Amino acid sequence: MALGLPVAVVLAWVLARGRFPGRAALDAVVHLPMVLPPVVVGWLLLLLLGVRGPVGSWLNDWFGVRLVFTTEGAAIACAAMALPLMVRAVRLSIEAIDPGLEQAARTLGAGRLDRLLTITLPLALPGVLSGAIVGYVASLGEFGAVITFAANIPGETQTLPLAIYAALQTPDGEATAAKLALVSILLAVAGLAAAEWAGRRARAALGYRP
Amino acid sequence: MGRAAGARGAGVSAVIEFSLRHHFAGGATLAIDFTAPAGATALFGPSGAGKSSVVAVIAGLMQAQAARVIVNGVVLTDTARRIHVPTEKRRLGLVFQDAKLFPHMKVRDNLRYGLRRAPVAEIGFDDVVELLGIAALLDRRPHTLSGGERQRVAIGRALLAQPRLLLMDEPLASLDAARKAEILPYLARLKQALALPIVYVTHALDEVFAIADTLVLIEDGHMRASGPLGELTARGDVALAARDDAGAVLEARVAEHHPARQLSLLRAGPLALWVPLVAGNLGARLRVRIPAREIILATEAPVGISLHNILPVLVVAITEDAARHTAMVELGSGEARLLARITPDAVARLGLRPGSAVLALVKSMSVDVLA
Repeated sequence: MALGLPVAVVLAWVLARGRFPGRAALDAVVHLPMVLPPVVVGWLLLLLLGVRGPVGSWLNDWFGVRLVFTTEGAAIACAAMALPLMVRAVRLSIEAIDPGLEQAARTLGAGRLDRLLTITLPLALPGVLSGAIVGYVASLGEFGAVITFAANIPGETQTLPLAIYAALQTPDGEATAAKLALVSILLAVAGLAAAEWAGRRARAALGYRP
Repeated sequence: MGRAAGARGAGVSAVIEFSLRHHFAGGATLAIDFTAPAGATALFGPSGAGKSSVVAVIAGLMQAQAARVIVNGVVLTDTARRIHVPTEKRRLGLVFQDAKLFPHMKVRDNLRYGLRRAPVAEIGFDDVVELLGIAALLDRRPHTLSGGERQRVAIGRALLAQPRLLLMDEPLASLDAARKAEILPYLARLKQALALPIVYVTHALDEVFAIADTLVLIEDGHMRASGPLGELTARGDVALAARDDAGAVLEARVAEHHPARQLSLLRAGPLALWVPLVAGNLGARLRVRIPAREIILATEAPVGISLHNILPVLVVAITEDAARHTAMVELGSGEARLLARITPDAVARLGLRPGSAVLALVKSMSVDVLA
């Protein structure tokens, strides 16, 4: 999630305000994980980032980094799956900002990055927060992409649903599964409540009436 | 017409040189050129005439097919030489129709936004706050301000960015008459306090009269005429003259007060105008406007009449409008100009032609004292 959010914010900004050839293609690629079966996403990641994949072999040769079947790999699989959700949330809130405010900042001497940091991002904060929380909660629930790309190694690449699934496969595992399910529910509820609260706070600060 | 539009004001003292040619895909064309001396220049014309495109080109927010923008000798845009200074480096204060204050910042931080990024700090924070009367608003959030307060803060924010030019695009158009009346005096003060050229876009004549020194008339994407406010409002051959409220604007000074008679005497060049007692010290500058339809022309001075103002003038030009059955007569005395709307029949009866000496009769009640 921490990995995906900056990427999501930059992508959302580019997609919301950028005008360049290939924007539609980028848009499609970002949204692919939402419509593809997660297992397919995991497999594509495996092809791309696996030790023999074009990017994976390069990472392995130059930095000695191996992503497959590691915690980092699980994080990347989760990030890829959560990315479209985060990009959507952030992009919607960026598109809701009056472009006149950015123009005003321009006439006041603010360059592109300056405007992004002082005007666009603070105003998109409700969207960024809810994007982050939704992305976090979605990552916790990731199953297919993680098990394909990073396997199911307890303490390393095991997400909550993987742990629940594993528990259910063992005899007498139901109690463990129930506990994990409860944790899952609590996290989800807490996440949604936090998203709601953060959105309210941010909107109040900007002067919108709920 | 006989007079080349835009020929006036093109001297060495031009503070703004502007030229624009642009064809939109839809077929509309912009062809607008003007130069303006120091002071406030109003771009006046109906909505959709192309005024806002002029602002966008000056600000660098619109890339025209052919344009040249020079402010105080600094070339900001010159398509022929492939010069296009990015908006954020132009140092132009732009005030929008709706204030565009940053909603996540207090008034104070809005004001400081441009100031922090400006290379110089000649216009001081406290001075601007005082000038615009916004000291009490500094810790408020934009959404808690009234429309008029918001616009004052927006003007302050633009000023504090230390601009070379203040660009105002219909800044009062979204305000009601009361809010407008609240802001106009601040604009007039600002113009006097800061030696800053102003380009002011509007379709409201009252704003033009209150602020402009130079007037540029824009219609259908074309510059129709430009020149000093007093000259242009006195011309019979421009679109302004066809309006019911046509009338020359004169720069005057308070010459005498006669409290016992409840009259003041104003002087505009060689013309002496009696008006109902006005406020203002002797020597104070004011603007007056004399509606064209209120002026009577005579070849002999009338006697036994309530009238105070019998002004000896010369006929400068006569423009007949056969469709409306009227004649616009431009009158002059020294630098001062008046515009009279009379019937073509009256022109014939009095035998008026350019150069004729006549008397302009103006009721003191008909002189609008603007500010």
